[in-house]
Formats: sequence, C-alpha cells, structure tokens
Amino acid sequence: MTTDAERPLLKVRDLKTHFTLKSGGLLGGTKKVLKAVDGVSFDLAAGEVLGIVGESGCGKSTVGRTLTRLEDATGGTAEFDGREMLSLSKAAFRPLRREIQMIFQDPFASLNPRLTIEQTLAEPVRIHGLETTREGIRARIARTLTQVGLDPKVMNRHPHEFSGGQRQRIGIARVMIVEPKLVIADEAVSALDVSIQAQVLNLIKDLQKESGISMLFISHDLGVVRHICDRVAVMYLGRIVETAPKATLFSAPSHPYTRLLLASIPRIRPGRIPAEDRGEPASAAAPPPGCPFHPRCPIATDICRSERPQPVDLGNGQFSACHHAGKQQGEAA
Amino acid sequence: MTQSNPPLLDVRGLSLSVATGDGLMPVVRDMSFSLNASETLGIVGESGCGKSLTSLAIMGLLEGTPVRVTAGEILFQGRDLLTLPPRERRRIMGNEMSMIFQEPMTSLNPVYRIGDQIVETIREHQPMSKSAARTRAVELLRMVRIPDPEGRIDSYPHQLSGGMRQRVMIAMALAGSPRLLIADEPTTALDVTVQAQILKLIADLQSKTGMGIILISHDLGVIAETCDRIAVMYRGRVVESAETRDLFATMRHPYTRGLLDSIPEPDEDVDRLPTIPGRVPGLDERVDGCAFNPRCARASAICREEDPGETAFGGGHAARCHHPLEPDA
Repeated sequence: MTTDAERPLLKVRDLKTHFTLKSGGLLGGTKKVLKAVDGVSFDLAAGEVLGIVGESGCGKSTVGRTLTRLEDATGGTAEFDGREMLSLSKAAFRPLRREIQMIFQDPFASLNPRLTIEQTLAEPVRIHGLETTREGIRARIARTLTQVGLDPKVMNRHPHEFSGGQRQRIGIARVMIVEPKLVIADEAVSALDVSIQAQVLNLIKDLQKESGISMLFISHDLGVVRHICDRVAVMYLGRIVETAPKATLFSAPSHPYTRLLLASIPRIRPGRIPAEDRGEPASAAAPPPGCPFHPRCPIATDICRSERPQPVDLGNGQFSACHHAGKQQGEAA
Repeated sequence: MTQSNPPLLDVRGLSLSVATGDGLMPVVRDMSFSLNASETLGIVGESGCGKSLTSLAIMGLLEGTPVRVTAGEILFQGRDLLTLPPRERRRIMGNEMSMIFQEPMTSLNPVYRIGDQIVETIREHQPMSKSAARTRAVELLRMVRIPDPEGRIDSYPHQLSGGMRQRVMIAMALAGSPRLLIADEPTTALDVTVQAQILKLIADLQSKTGMGIILISHDLGVIAETCDRIAVMYRGRVVESAETRDLFATMRHPYTRGLLDSIPEPDEDVDRLPTIPGRVPGLDERVDGCAFNPRCARASAICREEDPGETAFGGGHAARCHHPLEPDA
C-alpha cells in the first residue's frame, strides 16, 4: 500500500485529448481527428517541478489545458491527490479549481483592463471564500503583492500602468493568492525580455521552494526548463518520447528527438556540433504510423515504421519511448 | 584607392526620433557601423532598444510612421541613401537591398498562390515574361531548399508550415539578387529545430552570393552563432560593439555582461540567475547621463551626469561606458 508520502500529487495515465476537425465541402465534408494528446502518462510528486518541452503542435499546452479542464479529455485518467478528476462533473470539479491554478504566457490578455489590481486579486479570494472580511481580503492582497515583489500600494492601479514583467508578477500573484497545490505554467516567461525573464524565473523558483507547490512547467525553451525543473518530459506529436531527471536529460539524452532538440539550440559559447537537417515534424492531424519521429530519425529501422514504441526503463528515472533505446550507440555506429 | 572600395553599408551618426504630442523623442542616437560584402553584423538588444527602427530606416520604410531621421548618413556603396532622389533610392531599395521579417504569414498574401507572389516580385525587379519568371521562381524555391518546388509553387501560404513560409519569404527577398539582406528576427517565430535549418540556409546563401547581412535578434545564441560582428543596443544607443569572439571573450559594457548572465543556458546549472535590476525606462522617462545608469552596479556620479563617449579597446572593440569592465584575469 502506498502511503500519503509517496503517493504522487498528480498521476496521469494514458491521457488523450482528441479534437474533431471538419474539413472540405459545404455538404458535410470529411471528419478528421487531431490527436493533440495521444496517450500521455506521468507522475508529479508533491513539491516537484516537472518540465514539459517540445515544439509547437506537440500537445504540451493541451496537456496543461486538459488538466485544468479548459479542454475535455477524450480518454485516460488523472488522479489529483488520490481522486480521479477528469470524470468529475463541472460542479464537482469546482472545489479543485482553487488547488489547480494556471499561469499563462500573456498576462495582459488574462487581466481585465477595467479592474484595479485589488479588484482582480480580490475576486478569486472571495469566490473561494478564503477571507470573509474586507480587511482580511486587503491584507491577503498586500501580503501576496509583497511576495511577488510588488509594492502593495500598486493595488489601486490598472493593468495598463504596468510593464510586461510587472504584469506577469500580477498574474503570478493571482495564482498564489489562493494557495494552490498545483500550478501549471504555460510559457510563463516566453513573452518577456531576457533581463526581465531572469527576474520572473527567480521569483517563480523562490515561490515554488517556499510554498512547496508542485509545478508543471510547459515551455519550448530548454534553457529555461533546465533552470527551473527537477525532471523533464519531452513531447513529440502528442506523446511523451522521453522523461528523465534534469541532469540526465541534458547530459545523457536517450531519445533521438531529444538529441536533435538539444543539438539545435544556438549556443553563446562555441563548441556545439550543429544538428543535421532533419526536416520538419509531420502534422498532428496526420501523424506517421509507428514511431511518430521515424521520418526524421537518423536511426529508424523497419519496426519504427510500423510499431508504436513503448517507454523503455533505462534506470535512474529515465524512460525513452524508442525501439532502439539503450542500444543506440552500437546501432548508430 | 579607399574611395573606389567603400564598405557595402556605412551608417554614420544616424539618429531617429518619434513625433509625439509632446514633440520629438529620440529613439536611436548617433548610431554608426559599417558592413562589408559577405559579412554578417548582429544587432542585439531588448524590446524598444531601437534595433528594428534602425533597419527600417536603412530600408527607407519609415514613411507613414511617426519616426523621422533627424541626423546622420546611410551610405550604401558610397552613396548617401538619405540624399538620393526618391526614384533612385527606390531602385536601390527594391533591388540591391532586401528584408525578411519575423512572421512570414503577415507578409504573404493569403489569397494568392505563393508562385504568383514570387513571379510578381521577380517581374517588379526585372522585366521578363511570366513563364520565364515562373522558371526563375522554381529556381529560387529550389535555392531555399523547398522540396518538390514544381509542385509547391502552386500552394497557398496556409498550406505551408511556418518554416516553409519563411523559406518562401527568403526566396522572395532573393528575387532581386540583393547585395544587402536585413533579417529582423527571422527565426523567432519558428521552432528550434526549424530555426537551425533556416539559419544554416541563410549562411549557405550568403557564401554563394556574397551578400552582406544584418541580423537583428533578441537571442544572443542566434547572434553568437551567425554573426561576424555584434552591436549591442540599449535604449537607442549602441553601447558595445566588437567582433563576435572578442565580445564573448571580454565584455566591456556592464549591460552586455548583465544580458549574457541573465540567460538560462541549456549547458549549465545555476541556482539563481544573475539579473539586471529594474527595467528599461520608457521613452517618456528622462534619464540623465548614461541611459543604463539607474540599473548599473558600477554607476557613479559621472554616470548620472554625462552620457559616456565611445572608448576603443583595439581590434574594433568599443563601448560607451565611464567604467568599462576589465578583461577577466
């Protein structure tokens, strides 16, 4: 029997989010299924930060949106704190909304321009009944603003009076103010200039450590992910192709796609061996059979074209969904 | 002797201002740099530093914007573009210099086939029959390594991936065989594996054609890997410029150092990222002395009073700083 201490906060199994696309003529046309997320499984421990990386269209954002119920899962399960949550009715899910919070890329788009910062931050506190008195709410807002590095005096201002970095701090304050257990950050620092990005990354890291929240950190930027995450999952066309502790993923990547990704990042310090030109990913609406990466893979063989690879346990928490995992060196040579 | 062989592009003391209700506000100050054929200059800086406005000024694309050139010269092969008769200037800008932008979808017309758009561009540059232009269009698509160019030429922009659309834009930019290509964040909207392909393509095309390239980017990694020389901009000023290897070996300006340190890199672990405190002041906020002084750990009284001039360190390395950093021991 698993005890509370070792039970993951979030346990996702075979998650599927498929969208039906209509295409073609006026009279019906053909239906196509876009398998944005197609069988994703992972655990997230309490206090852990798991990065999800991959290129556009790999399904990483859809994973986040499905787990916050912004999209409907079409298959699989997700246990949060021991309770299956994907099958809950909207009403039954409502109490979990406080515990699972999301930070978005564009904080401006998610802040109501007409509301003051105080009104914006008071709303979730009131909805979730965390404070009942005006003074209580104000005190909580002031405390949270201080926590995210803003002067509580800014409470009376409107979003347009803030810079991009400050707006993202407000976005983070709105999440932290309800004391969530799980935060899903989707490209949370991607729109910021580097000098501001570093400030916000340090803030997120500090808040995570202080509060012990679990985090799913979705990003296309491997440098950012290395900085903030404990463990990383790499997605490709709707599936996780590799999961590993951060140090392992960056020093000993196993999956050929992870290697291509790492070899493609332009480096400031010389010494990178540039990646070979391996074409572009197929469309998620028409993924290749077998391993979705096989058309771009330098070591693909017949089995890769016909059979979908299952994750192979390489030890020390590293899993690679590759038919050649663990024996690549010999075969590629 | 030197007159017969001027640099491809020589920008001298270029200053730009934006017209606002409160008068003219400077956005680029006293910018100077030169670029030779086959050379790539990187201009790097954060939003609002003036890097994109500089390129629009060179391309003559400020018309219709509230931004004006208030001083300086833009010498292209020895001739000042700013004083040329408009017709002559347009001829140069259409044929001999060309530009690609971040988002190819907004520069391509969604309702026309890409082939028709390339053919039209080719025929603007040189009179030729439609069928000859179509042959040339296929050639250009092959040059930018679009697979099956004869088939793809009849695609609409939405039928192509982001990477393929950027290749089409590059093909169109090459239609007039330009001597100068300005690439403004050409790979910022692309995925990292596709970005690597596009950067390699641009470098290959340069070695074939000998064009000079100005690459504008916020990404120091992209700049470091592609450029011969780098100019770092902050709030309208080039604060440091040097050959690429020189710059990363010895950064002289505290802003350059701060920018580099604040980037989380995939090859190293740091517990806390060093940051540059504060933010870039808005255009309407007045900063006396060095524009970077409110965020600079080295700032002293003189930095708050006097805008620093340029100090040369040899080898074409220069920085605008009263207290430049010493080379690491």
